[in-house]
Amino acid sequence: MHNLTIAELIQGLRNKDFSSVELTRHYLDRIARLDSRYNSYITVTEDIAMAQAKEADERLALGDAPALCGVPIAHKDIFCTNGVRTSCGSKMLDNFIPPYDATVVENYRKAGAVMLGKVNMDEFAMGSSNESSFYGPVKNPWNTNCVPGGSSGGSAAAVAAHLAPASTATDTGGSIRQPASLCGLTGLKPTYGRVSRWGMIAFASSLDQGGPLTRTAEDAAIMLNTMASFDAKDSTCVDQPLEDYTAGLNNSLQGLRIGVPKEYFGEGLEAQTGERVQAAIKEFEKLGAEIKEISLPHTDLSVPAYYVIAPAECSANLSRFDGVRYGYRCEDPKDLNDLYKRSRGEGFGEEVKRRILVGSYALSAGYYDAYYRKAQQVRRLIKQDFVDAFNEVDVIMGPTATSPAFEFGAKSSDPVAMYLEDIYTIATNLAGLPGVSIPCGLVDNKPVGLQLIGNFFAEGKLLNAAHQFQQVTDHHKQTAPDID
Amino acid sequence: MEWETVIGLEVHVQLATTTKIFSGASTAFGAEPNTQACAIDLAMPGTLPVPNEQAFRYAVMFGLAIDAEIGKRSVFERKNYFYPDLPKGYQTTQLESPIVGPGHVEIQLADGSTKSIRIHHAHLEEDAGKSLHEDFHGMSGIDLNRAGTPLIEIVSEPDMRSAEEAVAFARKLHSIVTSLGICDGEMSQGSMRFDVNISVRPKGTEEFGTRTETKNLNSFKFMEDCIALEVERQIDLIEDGGSVIQETRLYNGDTKVARSMRSKEEANDYRYFPCPDLLPVEIDDEFIEAVRQTLPELPDARQQRFVEQYKLSEYDAGILAADSATAHYFESTTEKCGDAKLAANWVMGEVSAHLNAEEKDITSSPVNTDMLAGLIARIKDNTISNKIAKQVFEDMWQGEGDADAIIEAKGLKQMSDTGELEKIVDEVIAANQAMLEDWLASEPDKRKKKMGGFMGPIMKATKGQANPGLVNQILAKKLNSML
Repeated sequence: MHNLTIAELIQGLRNKDFSSVELTRHYLDRIARLDSRYNSYITVTEDIAMAQAKEADERLALGDAPALCGVPIAHKDIFCTNGVRTSCGSKMLDNFIPPYDATVVENYRKAGAVMLGKVNMDEFAMGSSNESSFYGPVKNPWNTNCVPGGSSGGSAAAVAAHLAPASTATDTGGSIRQPASLCGLTGLKPTYGRVSRWGMIAFASSLDQGGPLTRTAEDAAIMLNTMASFDAKDSTCVDQPLEDYTAGLNNSLQGLRIGVPKEYFGEGLEAQTGERVQAAIKEFEKLGAEIKEISLPHTDLSVPAYYVIAPAECSANLSRFDGVRYGYRCEDPKDLNDLYKRSRGEGFGEEVKRRILVGSYALSAGYYDAYYRKAQQVRRLIKQDFVDAFNEVDVIMGPTATSPAFEFGAKSSDPVAMYLEDIYTIATNLAGLPGVSIPCGLVDNKPVGLQLIGNFFAEGKLLNAAHQFQQVTDHHKQTAPDID
Repeated sequence: MEWETVIGLEVHVQLATTTKIFSGASTAFGAEPNTQACAIDLAMPGTLPVPNEQAFRYAVMFGLAIDAEIGKRSVFERKNYFYPDLPKGYQTTQLESPIVGPGHVEIQLADGSTKSIRIHHAHLEEDAGKSLHEDFHGMSGIDLNRAGTPLIEIVSEPDMRSAEEAVAFARKLHSIVTSLGICDGEMSQGSMRFDVNISVRPKGTEEFGTRTETKNLNSFKFMEDCIALEVERQIDLIEDGGSVIQETRLYNGDTKVARSMRSKEEANDYRYFPCPDLLPVEIDDEFIEAVRQTLPELPDARQQRFVEQYKLSEYDAGILAADSATAHYFESTTEKCGDAKLAANWVMGEVSAHLNAEEKDITSSPVNTDMLAGLIARIKDNTISNKIAKQVFEDMWQGEGDADAIIEAKGLKQMSDTGELEKIVDEVIAANQAMLEDWLASEPDKRKKKMGGFMGPIMKATKGQANPGLVNQILAKKLNSML
């Protein structure tokens, strides 16, 4: 059962090949048996899962089954879950139990999905290796000496190790697509505003976007159908008509114009990774697409701009964690300043503190114009690059990450090397565009990903292209070793 | 040396919306602590703000009332600082693109002159919660009921030159926002709070002196006292060879003592930046015009109407038109009694004095407009004198019924029976032979004044109920006939 896709599970449940209780029990048993190898779950919600599975079976029996009825999924521990600890990978929220559900969590609950648990992540989604979690690093199921990517490393490892059929995740600078690349999965970051941010603990509000991590493009489409919604509780949510993302999956790619940015194949891209990506793009040519080299001239400015804007926003977003109302509070504070200093000093990890400091600095009097304002100007230029490119092409393709998964510790002592890990993914967050990473081969027995970037709200077209690729290739069917 | 005072005001006005600026929690005053703070107000993780349209409507109403340009694209920013009653660690406010641009407010001074005070801008923002320092045994309690209450902060130019002007400006703003119905004006509940920027300079110079800012004054009286104190402090400092340092000060209105809170060096770097959770709010002409259509009559227009319609003086009209409740009370009384002049005198006189003495609002006056009009009608038809009317008013205030009932019950009806009055006048003259001799012997031009001597005994004999005009006529006729 754990090798079936979401599409197959929905069919199996409706055909009564197995019940949701059986399916859920099977996954819970696998998690109990195998997750000590990967550390992908922070909290397993066994009781909730079994109760939801039982209820799903009743609805399935009555023929009153919503879209994902009885399908187990995992939630990244950044999404608030009513009555269930939501840690965001931080000591700061180790004791935090929200009294509300994130809209994303609510959407899946209403669609009948079963919550297996809350999965691991970099602390407050800050990281590209899942090494910054308070709950310890997550291991890549393809090679447990290597990182799974981040920040949605727990989501990716859980799906890659078949400890969940799919997981929710979030992407601020590549946190869905880079782990998808490193773990051999399909990972979709929707257009900014497509998925509600209500109840999704903020890292950088103008960049954060929820999306699914799945094994196939078809599953990503099914997951997005439930995840996407217009939500009046999120002022940045876009009131765009909802569509059925599975409807166009089988459209022909004849005449699809694919742009390949030359800046995405320069120095820094590991050679074999580049070859796999080029080979995959060639595959689209066979499917009838036209390939064209394009230029995104401000690509090299995206990492510097991002590492001003994201820390600036996070420096304010994380101010609420002050030890006053909820979360970690230091022992015996002597006075107010002591309460603040020690609660935050002890509650946050190194990377989070680094970004708060960087962000506070960039916003300080006398530095604002040089850093924050300049970064926002660069952001507009980067967006304009894409606007110009999409006048000529329908989809942009290139690598998701510079290389396959790296070993633990390889970049954790060098923040800049770690930041460059997201060099191909960050620009789409700055522009607000959708992007998807799909597996396109192995390098040293580790997966690498092909990134597809689409125009605003072109998730359907991206998933169509990804699905068609997966109809003629089997990279996405490769699984990590020893997962049984 | 002669000194000139320069004053600018920053005024926080709580908007009378039913819910908060970014959440659906109630804004009602006086609830149990933390019962009106929802997850958004508590800044729980993952919660997001959604702007309250009513707050924008109110801010636009204010902008139109002061003849200001409305910001078509208004942007919220985060003002970052740590304080326990500021749950998010930042206040959501506006800086570069406020909703209300430059405008002006006209003030009237006691000498009858008027002056225009420029408004730099007004912006929308959220209020913080409250820290409670009592009853927590060495710790502080936090009440977040107020957190997220919508405010407009009105920032004036440094156009005021005296405490009198500053208070007149503050009163005018109070009058505008209450007339618009966008603020309940309850100063004691913090609905309007004033920060006063004060500096002094040698009279005739252009350059501003170093200013201090005294925060959070919530009464006109405190503001007046505080300005006097601070101006004196600054002048003394400079005349003693010292200099004023830029600082934030606090003033305790009860003890009349001010102290320094923090100097410029200790001031926070607020690290403002646009709030990424809120998109810029676009306000189009259609919205602005729709709001304009709903604007009630403003104090200045009402004052002019009172001058023209009721023939009141500018000054009287200004007082009666200042707030809509008083204006309504006056107009309603006038309509019922048909005499604007008398109605104005009574509202500004007895009604106002009684309200002030008991710190009551005119809407809760024990004497309603029907009762006051009834009283005025009895003055006009000579049933009672002005003097008796004051006594009747006092009885009405104490809840003894309407004017007619009190006049009847206490037998206060004025004596206007000529025959009876003539009899009493004759008796009084007869009983006061010495006074009569004196009157008859006095110079012709003194006689009128001396005639007043008979009034006391006559009034005493009639228990004050004699119609004074009538008595005068009869008395003059009788005395003159004896010459």
